[in-house]
Amino acid sequence: MTTRAVESIAPAATRPRRGRHKARAYAWRYALIAAALIFFSFPAFWITTIAFKSSSEYFRNPPVWIPANPNIAQNLEKVIRTGGLTAIGNSLIVTVSATAIALVVGTLAAYSLARFNTGGNNFAFWILSQRFLPPVSVVFPVFLLFRVLRWVDTFHGLIILYATFSLPFVVWMMRSYIREVPVEVEESAQVDGASRLRTIVSITLPLASPGLIATGIFTFIFNWNEFLFALVLSRTNVITYPVKLTSYFGPESAFWGEAATVSLIATLPVVIATLLMQRYLATGLTLGAVK
Amino acid sequence: MTLRPHARKGRHSGKYALVAPATMMILCIALFPLLYSVVVSFQNIDVRTPVGTFVGLKNYFDVLRDARFWNALGNTALIMTVCVTAELVLGFILAQTLIGPLPGKRFITPLLILPVVIAPLIVGYTWRMLWDTQYGPISQVLGWIAGRPVEIVWLANPATVWPAIFITEIWQWTPFMFLVLLAGLAAINPEYREAAEIDGASSWQVLRFVTLPLVWPVMAVAILFRALDAFKVFDIVFALTNGGPGTMTETVSLYAYSVGFRNFRISYMAALTLILIAIVSVAITVLWRRMSANQERMA
Repeated sequence: MTTRAVESIAPAATRPRRGRHKARAYAWRYALIAAALIFFSFPAFWITTIAFKSSSEYFRNPPVWIPANPNIAQNLEKVIRTGGLTAIGNSLIVTVSATAIALVVGTLAAYSLARFNTGGNNFAFWILSQRFLPPVSVVFPVFLLFRVLRWVDTFHGLIILYATFSLPFVVWMMRSYIREVPVEVEESAQVDGASRLRTIVSITLPLASPGLIATGIFTFIFNWNEFLFALVLSRTNVITYPVKLTSYFGPESAFWGEAATVSLIATLPVVIATLLMQRYLATGLTLGAVK
Repeated sequence: MTLRPHARKGRHSGKYALVAPATMMILCIALFPLLYSVVVSFQNIDVRTPVGTFVGLKNYFDVLRDARFWNALGNTALIMTVCVTAELVLGFILAQTLIGPLPGKRFITPLLILPVVIAPLIVGYTWRMLWDTQYGPISQVLGWIAGRPVEIVWLANPATVWPAIFITEIWQWTPFMFLVLLAGLAAINPEYREAAEIDGASSWQVLRFVTLPLVWPVMAVAILFRALDAFKVFDIVFALTNGGPGTMTETVSLYAYSVGFRNFRISYMAALTLILIAIVSVAITVLWRRMSANQERMA
């Protein structure tokens, strides 16, 4: 396996001198990878150091790269005082509830689409197309509706909005995962007298559970990272962490320590989830277009 | 439980009940407000006239005559073209570098793809701190290279604000291209490439006539996904410049936001957002054709 792939990197004509070319090819690849690693991880390094710096350190010219006394407690205390942790809590409530609703409602619909092709391809595509609409076009009519319903700045308003706009992703992904479950397993359960809903819950879903978990985690991440809906629909009661972040950057003021700490706390769970779900990432990001 | 009486009738019954909740949610929260905004777009509602009268297509013509709208549309097209192209090229080079066995790959790949899952707003604010003239490391490092202090106000200087936005966008989304193309390249049977090499093809010829045509279906989907996403760009520009200096870097999403939620020109906003939806619908249709073609190919 190893030799075969190396041969395909080194041109066939140079095979006699393969050893030296192999080493040179590796050197090039690692040099490129090292440059990419520095570029793609430096911002994460920088934001982490700011979270551990005192304000006299992150506002210093020339910038200090490594804090003298790394300490996140001072920034964390300011985050708590300015309502940053409350905002993260709000985000958690909204995101978890919306994801749960979208998973239940979306999986039922996905089952119907996968097994009976309900509504045909056009219906499936109609659901999917909701996902590609520009959020600013979507949120404006929703804002008009929510103003009438008095749902602006409420938890249920944001939760229902996030759940609805998670449905296309959940339906689309779960449809393909359910299709992979052999229909014969379900038929034998139904012969034994189980209802449709019971078959789905106790036969189909356990078999599709890796897909269900991946879909759930990605739905969580998309909702967790969402900013525009929250910006439009939160005022004072339900401020999510992205909206809170904007308040740390005024025209005249900047609260870098608070912003960096909130960013770090908000990003860590997402990063861990991604590392666990790495195998599903390409599929999830392209709605199953790439396996 | 409610499905039970239907379930006895036959194996296909209940299929509409299963899609009903999802359909209802999309109809009530997404489609009904959208239809309502079509009605609003034919009226003249704004902050001073809460009850509108019918004005026909006036708002649509106003949008099409609005220089700030065309400026924003041009800026959005600029971001789409420059960033998606750069992301595609860089992502492809990275994917080519990491394809095939390589010691340490298991640890390298996850580190390279992380930017994709970070909230775009956080990415924007992080880079805002990186670009900072006095306290940011970018000016500092450039100063080391130049041998004298570099004092560029990256995000307010018309000459540097676009590169700063591009680099931030490219930082976040190159990993997406990389990841998708890596999956696409890994799916290519290595025997095609080997056969071409045995026939004496140069590495450039292998790339041009074997690898690229085989990876193209995946690449096309990746480009369309990124282009559609780039059209919606809001968070990163909001955090970096908020459209400034002036309206120089304003995107369509930022402009629509300020029309609707800062100036409350409600009918005008409705017409503007519907025009955006019309533009996007064309791209969505193309994407849909591509995706179904790929699905058939894989089946």
